[in-house]
Amino acid sequence: MDYALMQRVFPFFLEAAWITILLSVLTAILGLTCAMLGTAARLSRFRVLRFLGAAYVSVFRGTPALIQLFILYFGGPQIGIQLDAFEAGVIGLGINVGAYMTETMRGAIISVDKGQGEAARTLGMSKWQAMRNVILPQAMRLMIRPLGVNLNTLIKSTALVAAISVVELTYTAQRYIGSTYKPFEMFLIAGLLYMIIIYVVGLGVTWADRKARLN
Amino acid sequence: MGLDFSVIPKYLDIVLLGALWTIAITLGAAIVSFFGGILLAVIALYAHPVVRWPFRVFSFLFLGTPLLLQLFLIYFGLVQIGIDVPAFVAGVIGLGLHFAVYNSELFQASILAVDKGQIEAARTLGLSRMQALRKVVVPQAVRDVIPPIGNNMIALLKDSALVSVIGVSELTLSAQRAIGSTYRPFEFYVLVAAIYYIINLGMEAVLRRVERRIQASK
Amino acid sequence: MSAQKPFIDIRHAKKSFGTLEVLKDINLQVDRGQIVAIIGPSGSGKSTLLRAINDLDPLTGGEIWLEDKQINMDLPHRQYERHINEVRQEIGMVFQHFNLFPHLKVRENVTLAPKMLKGLSDAEANALAEEQLTKVGMIERIDYYPSQLSGGQKQRVAIARALAMKPKVMLFDEATSALDPELVEEVNLVMKQLAEEHMTMIIVTHEMGFAESVCDRVLFMDQGVVVEEGPPEVIFRNPKSERTQNFLRKHLAGQQA
Repeated sequence: MDYALMQRVFPFFLEAAWITILLSVLTAILGLTCAMLGTAARLSRFRVLRFLGAAYVSVFRGTPALIQLFILYFGGPQIGIQLDAFEAGVIGLGINVGAYMTETMRGAIISVDKGQGEAARTLGMSKWQAMRNVILPQAMRLMIRPLGVNLNTLIKSTALVAAISVVELTYTAQRYIGSTYKPFEMFLIAGLLYMIIIYVVGLGVTWADRKARLN
Repeated sequence: MGLDFSVIPKYLDIVLLGALWTIAITLGAAIVSFFGGILLAVIALYAHPVVRWPFRVFSFLFLGTPLLLQLFLIYFGLVQIGIDVPAFVAGVIGLGLHFAVYNSELFQASILAVDKGQIEAARTLGLSRMQALRKVVVPQAVRDVIPPIGNNMIALLKDSALVSVIGVSELTLSAQRAIGSTYRPFEFYVLVAAIYYIINLGMEAVLRRVERRIQASK
Repeated sequence: MSAQKPFIDIRHAKKSFGTLEVLKDINLQVDRGQIVAIIGPSGSGKSTLLRAINDLDPLTGGEIWLEDKQINMDLPHRQYERHINEVRQEIGMVFQHFNLFPHLKVRENVTLAPKMLKGLSDAEANALAEEQLTKVGMIERIDYYPSQLSGGQKQRVAIARALAMKPKVMLFDEATSALDPELVEEVNLVMKQLAEEHMTMIIVTHEMGFAESVCDRVLFMDQGVVVEEGPPEVIFRNPKSERTQNFLRKHLAGQQA
């Protein structure tokens, strides 16, 4: 193993790791927003909204994220959407991961015992009041851990934007593999940085989960 | 520039050929990941620590890193150690190993969930540990774990798009070829997305049927 | 006991988990064709002793012999595995919870081991399965899955599965305890039939009536020792030890309640 080389290229990987982190944070925010809208649509009393929510989940989970990214980035200009690679990455991945998170959130909400909602309604709460005061607080607790799994997947799928030349960790690894012919070393550096990011996020999820359970 | 879907028919055969390759690579990688997953699970649970540790490190690395990065490692790594395999083979190995690690996690849990009495009964008949695992424990573990494994296989189909990056001529790359001569990315990528979606729906339908049959046999 | 070597010979069997002694110097000799019942309260060590005979729960001291073969030998791991797999083929075991293989049909449950270990062809193994399943009255269910059977039927299949290996001895570990009362008799009948065929059997049981009617000898175990042993009429009608008397009285009261 070529440690000297690894030491020399490490700063460049570290810089790329910041891009991966930034991508992950922005994608997570957009994804959670999409998921809240998607969940609201899927649980709506309007059939059109329910259909749109279901279609969103089905189409974005049913096709490769890479293709979604390509449609947005390469095909976007044809329909008047001009984005740079980073923006396309955040928006494309955010909408994609939002579809997965919608399923997580919806699953948590419908797994709260039906009797809870009924009890709240018999007390005279409206459907929305029952949702906000009784169901959602319980569902929140249930969804933290599976959302953590979604986040873990999200961090790894930010690597996809390497295919549209965003200079993040995987793109950097690819470039240095090409110029140094040391695939294993480059894999190790990038892999280690990914695992550190995932580990830290995992700690945060565990912390949030424990806190939610204590309340 | 606008949209013009009329360019598609001329390239439809290239794209459909690409779809066949996507199905082939998904199938190949699914087989590798299924049996690889069982093997990894048995090693993780029962092998001697000297054997177990390298595999554990491997699993740890593969669970924590992106598939695309792993594909680069395998494709260029194989070349590096002097094995010049076709991109298709590298793609099958890469996708297969990636999902083998994920399947192994499922298999391990389901093997441990098989009742201890099952091994005991097999052992009292005179079966060795390996025979009991092979004939009694693993078949039961596999049945219990088919639905989540099926979901992994559906994820595998969509992740197979990534092997276009290392030059496997499957669906995504065939679209890129058509785009190269028509400059119509939107049309072709939407077409390709639709094809993936149809294959995906087909796989989901099959999986649901299998799930129902497993449920019925319990 | 005759001068001839016993069929099964357990000498100074000891077993402990940490500081807890489960078996304290147990000695038991069983002749060919003999039927021995082991009774006693839960935690007395009776199941542990039974499971030690085919080394499911290995002893920490003492020896167990089947004819001229020692069962629990100190051998290097690999040799030991080969040895124990051979020994176990000669010892049939029936569990409280049946442990049928749920992914296999009744037929395959019976044919699995003979095919794998004795190299029987499909046809031979099938004939064997049909023979054994006829014997336990389960031939009509040969192509069912275990999940489609009642508890009593499962246990009869489990007995057929063990018999298919042509064992020299059968061990029954509370074979009827998990059954609904109305299903106990069908399993008892099969065991009685085996008794009439002079199968050597060691039976751990809670059913005193059955033990009395079938067994040649009864052992009462408590806290890891054999408190008393003898013919069933003595143990059940005139037990000498106070512990045995207490146990039988409590047990009888429990059954009537």
